[in-house]
Amino acid sequence: MANNPNAIKEPVFDKVFYIVTFVILCLFLVTIIYPLWFVLMASFSDAQYVNDGTLLFYPKGFTTLGYERTLTDPKIWTGYGNTILYTAGGTLIGTFCTMLAGYALSRDDLPGAGFIMKAFVFTMYFQGGMIPFYILINNLHLSNTRFLMIIITCISVYNIILVRSFCASTLPKDLWEAASIDGCGNVRYMFQMVFPLSKAIVAVIALYIAVGYWNSYFYPMIFIQDADKLPLQNILREILLVANMNPADSGTDPMAAQRLALMSSVIKYSAIVISTVPIICVYPFLQKYFVQGVMIGSIKG
Amino acid sequence: MAAKEKTGGAAALELTDKQKRRKATLKLMRQNYQLYIFLIPAIVFIVLFMYTPLYGLQIAFKNYRGGEGIWGSAWVGFKWFNQFFSTPRCWEIVKNTLTISVYSLVAGFPLPICLAIILNYVKNLRFKKFAQTVTYMPYFISTVVLVAMMNLFFSPSSGFINTIIKSFGGEPVYFMGMSSLFPHMYVWSGIWQSMGYSSIIYIAALSGVSPELHESAVIDGANILQRIWHIDIPTIMPTMIILLIMSCGNIMNVGYEKVYLMQNDLIADVSEIISTYVYKIGLTNNQFSFSTAIGLMNNVINFVILVAANKLANKLFGSGLW
Repeated sequence: MANNPNAIKEPVFDKVFYIVTFVILCLFLVTIIYPLWFVLMASFSDAQYVNDGTLLFYPKGFTTLGYERTLTDPKIWTGYGNTILYTAGGTLIGTFCTMLAGYALSRDDLPGAGFIMKAFVFTMYFQGGMIPFYILINNLHLSNTRFLMIIITCISVYNIILVRSFCASTLPKDLWEAASIDGCGNVRYMFQMVFPLSKAIVAVIALYIAVGYWNSYFYPMIFIQDADKLPLQNILREILLVANMNPADSGTDPMAAQRLALMSSVIKYSAIVISTVPIICVYPFLQKYFVQGVMIGSIKG
Repeated sequence: MAAKEKTGGAAALELTDKQKRRKATLKLMRQNYQLYIFLIPAIVFIVLFMYTPLYGLQIAFKNYRGGEGIWGSAWVGFKWFNQFFSTPRCWEIVKNTLTISVYSLVAGFPLPICLAIILNYVKNLRFKKFAQTVTYMPYFISTVVLVAMMNLFFSPSSGFINTIIKSFGGEPVYFMGMSSLFPHMYVWSGIWQSMGYSSIIYIAALSGVSPELHESAVIDGANILQRIWHIDIPTIMPTMIILLIMSCGNIMNVGYEKVYLMQNDLIADVSEIISTYVYKIGLTNNQFSFSTAIGLMNNVINFVILVAANKLANKLFGSGLW
């Protein structure tokens, strides 16, 4: 029983450690879950309770009025459509081009690959900045086009590095040698071997790009002038933040304005739910790829 | 005669060596020409969107006018840099930028490491998985939504934070409109959002520790803190150094996205940072050259800090970014 003095002394300290860290971790989890739960609960509650701040643990005065208002707003739907178009287009093009480039750069029998890689990496640390980029886009006449919104951030050097390290570490050199001896060319090898063997990294890259597109508001804000081309985040910004600054502008009829002002908080909460639910729902299924992506990145680091 | 032949032969051999190498390279290039085709989209993208703006950087030293183009505009030397340093707000903006970024680094760097270590010692695997899923989640919330949530939660009249304060008998605080609170709001909302995500890399590193090390440490009578200090921290040290260098290289690079959305008139004095200033001067006031000059200066300082941090890391730890 008490043969080993350490066996008694140790667990006491360790137990304290486990309890303390468990409590800290739980508190941290609460600070994440509670705000998210609050948003969900407020979106289903009566505006009156939301506005006077008495809402705490469960929805009060259950109503879907906020959703009715939000979902009947045509701007939300065009925003949604645009976001889906930009995200899908950017993710498809970006993932495909990143895979091609990353694989090509992972091959050590490609003369010039090292130089190209260095030229790519340089751009991670030194950029032209906002205004030269803005002038360039205007000179290319890409401003205010959906095409620009699709391609604008589809390729990133960081993702290329991820694919390159993945390919270099998981695709054995012998595989390519054997395939090429059997007369398999690079193109066929890419599509019949590399893509099927790199599903994990394809998922990671696609997830990274898609999240970036889904959440971006800044480039649309500076490059898009037509309201019908704006993605969801910019519409949300109008509903959630800009409207916040001047509540008096909402209409000429004071009664309607007041009612709208009352409703505005609930509308905001339901807009948050509507815009965030897709990505939050998809993410737990992709989490393992997400973690994998970070790991691949750290191998390189 | 024989000697001559010998040197001549050696030269010929060298030549053929070089030729051979060149030939081999050419052969490889021919063989793999399709790989170059694979690279074309990425190269076009990088050259067009990353390198062409570098050419445009020259307008920082010119008086850019749309009609005259980048090349045709007149040189003005360091006019815009001087103008920036003589702006009364100049030091305020630099100070705001540094405050936010140093605070973010000091508070935001160690916390993901703590989280990773805590998660690493969670014994219940189900709970660990759940905790990871939850802590990564805020990373997927967009900046627009995050700032909107902050506005709603911290609202003096309807936010639940102030409801709690009021229920303890305190006065409601307008968190989003107080200059003294802005850095805290910015930094801690950032930590809330990215702490879980930033911890992944350390969790990955910690999972590589051999359990035997821990077992033998336990037998030797080490308690958990000693095990963390002598086993876990050394394991994640290289990762920590790399991430620290990268953060140092970004010290002047506070993203405009969140700050811009958090700005309001009440906190205008503390919430103007270099990147938002660049945006406003450039795209709201249309002073392209002035804005580019500020951006360029910021960029150069960043680059120098990054190189210096990397040199230092190479000297101190023998490992850096390059």
